[in-house]
Amino acid sequence: MANSFTRMITGRNTAVMMAMGAGTLASAFLLSDNTAAAERRRFYPPSADYPDLRKHNNCMALAMTPTIYAHLRDKATPNNWTLDQCIQTGVDNPGHPFIKTVGMVAGDEESYEVFAELFDPVIKDRHNGYDPRTMKHPTDLEASKITSGMFDERYVLSSRVRTGRSIRGLSLPPSCTRSERREVERVVVTALSGLKGDLAGRYYSLGEMNEREQQQLIDEHFLFDKPVSPLLTAAGMARDWPDARGIWHNNDKNFLIWINEEDHTRIISMEKGGNMKRVFERFCRGLKQVEHLIQERGWEFMWNENLGYILTCPSNLGTGLRAGVHIRLPFLSKDPRFKKIMENLRLQKRGTGGVDTAATGDTFDISNLDRLGKSEVELVQLVIDGVNYLIECEKRLERGQDIKIPSPISQFRK
Amino acid sequence: MPFGNTHNNFKLNYKVEEEFPDLSKHNNHMAKALTKEIYAKLRDKQTPSGYTLDDVIQTGIDNPGHPFIMTVGCVAGDEESYEVFKDLLDPVISDRHGGYKPTDKHKTDLNFENLKGGDDLDPNYVLSSRVRTGRSIKGYTLPPHNSRGERRAIEKLAVEALTSLDGEFKGKYYPLKSMTDAEQEQLISDHFLFDKPVSPLLTCAGMARDWPDARGIWHNDSKTFLVWVNEEDHLRVISMQKGGNMREVFRRFCVGLQKIEEIFKKHNHGFMWNEHLGYILTCPSNLGTGLRGGVHVKLPKLSTHAKFEEILTRLRLQKRGTGGVDTASVGGVFDISNADRLGSSEVEQVQLVVDGVKLMVEMEKKLEKGEAIDSMIPAQK
Repeated sequence: MANSFTRMITGRNTAVMMAMGAGTLASAFLLSDNTAAAERRRFYPPSADYPDLRKHNNCMALAMTPTIYAHLRDKATPNNWTLDQCIQTGVDNPGHPFIKTVGMVAGDEESYEVFAELFDPVIKDRHNGYDPRTMKHPTDLEASKITSGMFDERYVLSSRVRTGRSIRGLSLPPSCTRSERREVERVVVTALSGLKGDLAGRYYSLGEMNEREQQQLIDEHFLFDKPVSPLLTAAGMARDWPDARGIWHNNDKNFLIWINEEDHTRIISMEKGGNMKRVFERFCRGLKQVEHLIQERGWEFMWNENLGYILTCPSNLGTGLRAGVHIRLPFLSKDPRFKKIMENLRLQKRGTGGVDTAATGDTFDISNLDRLGKSEVELVQLVIDGVNYLIECEKRLERGQDIKIPSPISQFRK
Repeated sequence: MPFGNTHNNFKLNYKVEEEFPDLSKHNNHMAKALTKEIYAKLRDKQTPSGYTLDDVIQTGIDNPGHPFIMTVGCVAGDEESYEVFKDLLDPVISDRHGGYKPTDKHKTDLNFENLKGGDDLDPNYVLSSRVRTGRSIKGYTLPPHNSRGERRAIEKLAVEALTSLDGEFKGKYYPLKSMTDAEQEQLISDHFLFDKPVSPLLTCAGMARDWPDARGIWHNDSKTFLVWVNEEDHLRVISMQKGGNMREVFRRFCVGLQKIEEIFKKHNHGFMWNEHLGYILTCPSNLGTGLRGGVHVKLPKLSTHAKFEEILTRLRLQKRGTGGVDTASVGGVFDISNADRLGSSEVEQVQLVVDGVKLMVEMEKKLEKGEAIDSMIPAQK
């Protein structure tokens, strides 16, 4: 992993390179760089600091045990990120009886290794039993493999694919320093300025945009706001807002990148209508070009063969991909079998405002549930096949015909 | 993030310019005082418990402030913060506390008998009287920085101290996390209950972490003496009652505080105090006495008088709405309290409130009779 680094670094200390190069063989450093930490360990054994999770319903709280806490409390990643910092958001946000949140975040790539004893069961819980110790995640961005990717536009209003990418060697949003965040912005914006043709575009820094630009971006549904969700703020992701945050989009306004929101980058391909195949094709092409452009300067994305693409939230590991449509399903959405059909197709519905919003009327946001254990091509195909099935059901119900619940799709590649 | 010495040595690999925060749109004391030179000098320092400069200033970076209201924009993580980060905190303290110099000494006077008068504020106008302060317990880090283990130890010690009180101070502790619905309702209607902080000034400083673990409220049976545990400070101590007998409120305040302090001292955990900054609290604005003594007073006519603000300034008083800081007044009733915390004693500050409120009530009565109050306007105190 760390072997083919050549980075053009200006004014950087070699110590940084060595700390960054730890990668999958990250060693856990003990918090021994000051006597205060040693004193704390003496006066406060792990049991004194063990969080009260009795009212909690999130993956972290369900996986945490006093033994795990005792093993991991005094460890730190090479960037000095600790377990308590990973779990703070889950301690501060007990969760909801109906919605099981993840309850922990990574501060850097090495978090997933140093704190594996807790991350692994959380990943298993969230990703249908996926075991990072033994399983390999497939990455496949060959859009040409997609079939039937054109939806009936009487039902599908828009199509969208998003993912995230992290820049290897820089800490993640919960933990990054201002200079690291600014570095992410520089690296990505420089790379994006190299995009050409239908991908050529420009960058809008959140801190410097004028009122008119801001309104424009809001109207186009591109602008992201300072996070208000306590899930994100308790994890430290809103620090120093809006420093080094921004939005880039191409002139055609169908390829868009968020910089330094919940992840280093969020990459979005979208358009009105039902041409999911074209959306995905542009997505893959754009991603590959961006990756190539950053590699030219010696950078790369965080990725490994067990966890796929490394992102801040464990729920986004693997592909980090959410492919979805805004779709009208007036008959099907009222059918009592709707929920089960979605479940078996491994799809989820959200309101048209995105996660944690309600649907308006009969229009839903339908997307893949899974992220890890299946490739991008597999997941997008799953969404295409699933949405086509939903449209079929809708048409049948329109005609007064009956519909069938499909058999459940299997979790991982056999 | 606060708690844990994350990244500090790692950050030193980056140049000062790369790390220096963008404070161009900011209006708070920290943003005014912080220069690249100060940042460069202090960024590799940490207190013995591992609190760093970036921890101190994070809340001020995340909350640019308001053109009209000057917030402090920095907090202490422990007692030593005020020493290790002097180069930043001294100018902040001076700006906030009327030019208080690093060489100045602060006077502590909790002898309630030194207060003159204060028992005769007209209850037709003065609806309630209240004195509050904060105390930090030596040997523990402060709310922005402390761990769950420390916070629980503070709670344990506080509860031990408080439950040993008797006589007029005999009372009970209600931990936030195990309060029953009935208890919660009661505490809300008594105006005692404090909530999880939502103000970003506090949340960005890490004070709401692990809520409601080790937080609670203690009050005496007669509901006139109340202690908040582990909110914005280790302890907030409040003495209050309906009506205008500020003297009695202050007496109970002083007596109660001294009783509590004795018990903590016995456990070798006295209060944080030094002769320059007085009582050490989380926010630099509360240094010195940490005291806010005030009344809820009806001043419908005076409050609309053109010179109201000036009168308050000259009397060294400030107004707030009846919901406390950052709220609006309701029905002409204002919360009037001392503006100063550092550089004058508890007795002196409460004296200003007592004298000032008395004068303002007399002005209100004059205005009711249609008379002018210009001759009554005081000189700057």
